[in-house]
Amino acid sequence: MDNYAELTGNIATIGYGLATLGPGIGLGILIGKALEGMARQPEVANTLRTNMFIGVAFVEVLALLGLIAGFLFI
Amino acid sequence: MAETDSGSGFHAPSISEFFPPAIFFDGTPFEFNRIQLVRVIVTVALILWLWLSTRHAKLVPGRAQSIVELALDFVRVQIVESVLGKTAGRRYLPLLTTLFFIVLAMNFAGVIPFLNIGGTSVIGLPVVLALIVYVTYIVAGFRKHGPGYLKISLFPSGVPPIMYLLITPIEILQVFVLRPLTLALRLLANMMAGHLMLVLCFAATHFLFFEGGGLIPLTGAMTLVGGFGITLFEIFVGFLQAFIFTLLAAVYIQMSEDDAH
Repeated sequence: MDNYAELTGNIATIGYGLATLGPGIGLGILIGKALEGMARQPEVANTLRTNMFIGVAFVEVLALLGLIAGFLFI
Repeated sequence: MAETDSGSGFHAPSISEFFPPAIFFDGTPFEFNRIQLVRVIVTVALILWLWLSTRHAKLVPGRAQSIVELALDFVRVQIVESVLGKTAGRRYLPLLTTLFFIVLAMNFAGVIPFLNIGGTSVIGLPVVLALIVYVTYIVAGFRKHGPGYLKISLFPSGVPPIMYLLITPIEILQVFVLRPLTLALRLLANMMAGHLMLVLCFAATHFLFFEGGGLIPLTGAMTLVGGFGITLFEIFVGFLQAFIFTLLAAVYIQMSEDDAH
C-alpha cells in the first residue's frame, strides 16, 4: 500500500488554530459592545472598562486552554 | 533556555522551558530548581520593599511610602470595596491584598532581565493560590448561611422546579470544580504563553542575527522590536492577570455571602 499523501507533525497545532476561532469572535463582540456603550454614555466609561476586562479574562481562558492542551498532550 | 548551539539550526522553545534542571534535592518532591529560586527571590524582594517603605510611617508620606499607599489603596478601593462593600470587605482585605501583591510580583519576574521566568508560569503557585481562594469562599458561605448555603447556591430561587434538573448539576460543577480550576488555569496559561512568546522572539533574534546570511539579519531586527513589544505587553498582561485574579476572588466571596438572589 503506497502512501500518496502523508502529513507528519503534531495535530495539536491544528487544534490550537481551531481553538482561537471562538474566543476571537467572542472577544470581538465583547469589546465592540463595550466600546459602543462607552461611546453612548462616556460618564460610565470606567465601569464599562472594568467589566470589559472581567469578560475578557473569562473568554481568554478558553483560548489559552487550547494552547495548554497542545503542550500537555505532546 | 532556548539558546542555540552554534550552527545547528533553530531550537524553538518547548515545554522543557518550564522544567529546568534541579539545583538541589534532585528527584524528590522538594526539588529546588531555577523557578523555585526565582520565587524565593521575588518573595524576599517583595517583603523587603514593603517593609522598608513603611518602616517609619509618617502622616505626610515620603516617596516610597506613598507608592505603597497608592498600591494598597488601589486594591482596597477598586477591588475590595467596590465588590464586597466596606464592612464585609474589611475582613477579607488582608487576604485579597496579599493575593494581589503575590501574583503581581511573580508575574513581573517574567520580564526582569536576569530572572526571566515568572513564578506563576508553572502549575504549583497558581494551584496553591486558587485553593486558598476556594477554601475561603466555601468557608465564608457555610459560616454565613450554615447548611442552607448548599440550597442557596445550588438551587437558585425564582426558577420553576423542573429546571433544577438542568441547573443544579451545572451549578455543582461551577461552584465546586470549575471556579478554582479556571482561576488557576487562567493565571498559569497567560503566564506560560507570554513567557513562550518572549523566548521565541529573543531566540529568533539570536538565530537570525548570527546564523543568517545575506539580508536575513534584517529580519532579526524585526523580531527584536517584536521582543520589546511583547515585553511591554507582558507587563500589561501581568498586571491585568493579578487584577482579574483578585477581583474574581472577591466576586466569589461576595457571591457566597450574598443572600438568595
